Amino acid sequence: MSKSSIAFSGTKDQEKQLKSFISAHKSDPGPLIMIMQEAQKIYGYLPEEVQRIISKELNIPMEKVYEVATFYAQFNLVPRGKYHISVCLGTACYVKGSGKILEAIEQQLKIKNGECTADRKFSLDSCRCLGACGLAPVMKVNEEVYGKLTPDMVPKILAEFK
Amino acid sequence: MTIEKLNQIKEKFAPIVEQRLHENIHPCKDGKRIISLCAGTGCQSSKSLVIKDKFIEVLKDRKALDKVTIVTTGCHGLCALGPIMQVYPEGIFYTGVKPEDVERIVDEHILGGNPVKDLVYSETIKGDKFVSVEDTNFFKKQKRIALQNCGIIDPEKIDEYIGTGGYQALYKVLTSMDPDSVIKEVLDSGLRGRGGAGFPTGKKWALARPNKADQKYVACNADEGDPGAFMDRSILEGDPHCILEAMAIAGYSIDATKGFIYVRAEYPIAVDRLNIAIAQAREYGLLGKNIFGTGFDFDIELRLGAGAFVCGEETALMASIEGKRGEPHARPPFPALKGLFDKPTVLNNVETYANIPKIINNGAKWFKSMGTPTSPGTKVFALGGKVHNVGLVEVPMGITLREVIEDIGGGIPGGKKFKAAQTGGPSGGCISAENLDVKIDYDNLTKIGSMMGSGGLIVMDETDCMVDIAKFYMTFIAEESCGKCTPCRIGTKRMLETLERITEGKGEEKDLVELEELAGYIKDNALCGLGQTAPNPILSTMKNFRKEYIEHIKEKKCSAGVCKKLLQYKIDADKCKGCTLCARNCPVNCITGTLKMPHVIDQSKCIKCGTCFTNCKFGAITKG
Ligand SMILES: Cc1cc2nc3c(=O)[nH]c(=O)nc-3n(C[C@H](O)[C@H](O)[C@H](O)COP(=O)(O)O)c2cc1C
Ligand code: SF4
Ligand code: SF4
Ligand code: SF4
Ligand code: FES
Ligand code: FES
Repeated sequence: MSKSSIAFSGTKDQEKQLKSFISAHKSDPGPLIMIMQEAQKIYGYLPEEVQRIISKELNIPMEKVYEVATFYAQFNLVPRGKYHISVCLGTACYVKGSGKILEAIEQQLKIKNGECTADRKFSLDSCRCLGACGLAPVMKVNEEVYGKLTPDMVPKILAEFK
Repeated sequence: MTIEKLNQIKEKFAPIVEQRLHENIHPCKDGKRIISLCAGTGCQSSKSLVIKDKFIEVLKDRKALDKVTIVTTGCHGLCALGPIMQVYPEGIFYTGVKPEDVERIVDEHILGGNPVKDLVYSETIKGDKFVSVEDTNFFKKQKRIALQNCGIIDPEKIDEYIGTGGYQALYKVLTSMDPDSVIKEVLDSGLRGRGGAGFPTGKKWALARPNKADQKYVACNADEGDPGAFMDRSILEGDPHCILEAMAIAGYSIDATKGFIYVRAEYPIAVDRLNIAIAQAREYGLLGKNIFGTGFDFDIELRLGAGAFVCGEETALMASIEGKRGEPHARPPFPALKGLFDKPTVLNNVETYANIPKIINNGAKWFKSMGTPTSPGTKVFALGGKVHNVGLVEVPMGITLREVIEDIGGGIPGGKKFKAAQTGGPSGGCISAENLDVKIDYDNLTKIGSMMGSGGLIVMDETDCMVDIAKFYMTFIAEESCGKCTPCRIGTKRMLETLERITEGKGEEKDLVELEELAGYIKDNALCGLGQTAPNPILSTMKNFRKEYIEHIKEKKCSAGVCKKLLQYKIDADKCKGCTLCARNCPVNCITGTLKMPHVIDQSKCIKCGTCFTNCKFGAITKG
């Protein structure tokens, strides 16, 4: 398992929160993914330590958890930046030039798709369609959606988060 | 819930909703104006909720808050022009409203009675008159059935849905139809699955009905995997109750008491609205035990997808609901016999379900009167790419692509030439100009080398490279292949590598033959629909746009100017005035020259970003 260089810093509170969610949903049909989604909401990502809690509480082997964690794009095994940027590379956005937006961000932040800045402020990845195709090309910074982008808007938007 | 109570609510709310149905000149009954704001994903991104707060603030300030009713709705389909706002009774359609416009709208229109013309959707202005938005080019040729309530009702209020006749179909089937006659009605309507494959819905239900088990399930595919499509999102956000009602009807007909909706996590607003809708339906006893006192039990749970395209495939989707890796398995057994948790299951797409209550209420004959004989009804498309009016359109089957792109979409912007229309997403194909007059239905689209798919419709113009588009889809597929079977896992990678070589100028003529062979092999041997359809974007572009492949391979040229490795930016020394602008803006400093002297690009360093090309005021830079 690729380990993140960042030490795990989960709190007792977070653990309690997760455990109570697990005990409430343990006997739902097929609860694993739902529990992992909640865990990621609580911790921001799914490090080995959190996967272990899930495996133990559900009484299933660690491989089962890991197998699911690595299958789905939604689960992050490493932490993200304070501001997570996700550029849509769905068809509608691609045809409207979202590739150029991604390049502009890479240049501006000096990181590549999938990376995080050294100060952990920004992380960058791409996604497939946010359903805001009418505003193509679009990107998301945390939960905020920005639409009708052009490469020269990038510096201004990033400056909002400086 | 009893029918008396349902009808009471209906009678109370029907007039309220109807005020927003027809753009009539009748003043609203309570004498108030209605401000209806779109709160779909698109408009929320363009800050419609900020606008709403601003309206409340300004109206409070003018002591006029009690003179208006403010409603929030789901998507109208015109997200590109958002935030969208309508004012009734006049039905004035405002687009692109900004917070600073709110005071004017309140003072001049809401209080003064004169619509603010420069903020009104220009297509609805004819001389000094305002025409209904339904008479604009974008809406005129549409026929809204699945999207009937979207943009009109407040999706967070079950009463408004009931006001449109909601849950009457459920009452009708539970009290006056046996399961077989429900299935027969759906079968007779000719409704085919809107999730892509077009399987007759009634037939699917009929297959699941006789299978006995202690538990059966109804599931809804709201994974909407085609990137660039948002039909299902809009229905879930704008009219969530119609899906719940339809699933309960399906449950009754196959004898299932439990439903699951598998919705992608990338749609947080849809998830919220579904949760609200489920809670309200339970509170009203329209989900839960003994619905309408008939002894029929039915409840629904949500499951969120976790970002895997293959989970749209039915067997993978069910594995994912069970909490496992979303890997498909071979069929048979079909879900009708062994689906979710190995129990008989019916799975349908969101848009398929959205048609069900209307079919029950209006009859199979009514539904069959629209569309074509083999594909009755309508289809919702997410029209995107290089067209003027991007957005969601619902059209009768049998309309031509040309009508959708030119009449509804308003044609291609910037005077550019049409090149291709892509339907069917990563499983579909690219349609060329010569097929623009083909009537859209399941069978015709397959005949011309594409497919209906779930409803993505992306228009491309002369600046789009078809080899690059094929590469785009192949990248997607290679990333999303679940890896369970070799033809798809390895085959799609090989195809992608070949395409990469071609777009980098390293292609050879034999590559085309190899691509075709490999495509045939993958189609025949892949385990699930993802792999079986994966070669379609390549095959259709190779067939319809072969010239472009040959050009890339033989001449090492990309006429559309997309494939970077085949591009060179050059400065024409005769036209260059030596203004130094390009040199100052080049991100890699590869342009040299002194003031007032022709500049030169160092080709070995140029990253082909195109900045110099766009910026030169003297047209001295060429791309080719
Ligand atoms: C790779 C793949 C992806 C699919 N994605 C979707 C999807 O996102 N939404 C959908 O409704 N159907 C999707 N389908 C089709 C489903 O497997 C299934 O046929 C459909 O949900 C059945 O509903 P319908 O009969 O109402 O169309 C996909 C199929 C494949 C092979
Ligand atoms: S065809 Fe592709 S996606 Fe489908 S099972 Fe095989 S590897 Fe997985
Ligand atoms: S911007 Fe155009 S005119 Fe100015 S130096 Fe560059 S090529 Fe020459
Ligand atoms: S295309 Fe970009 S990198 Fe190349 S010369 Fe022009 S500005 Fe510089
Ligand atoms: S393709 Fe980018 S939001 Fe849909
Ligand atoms: S979200 Fe408002 S029109 Fe689509």
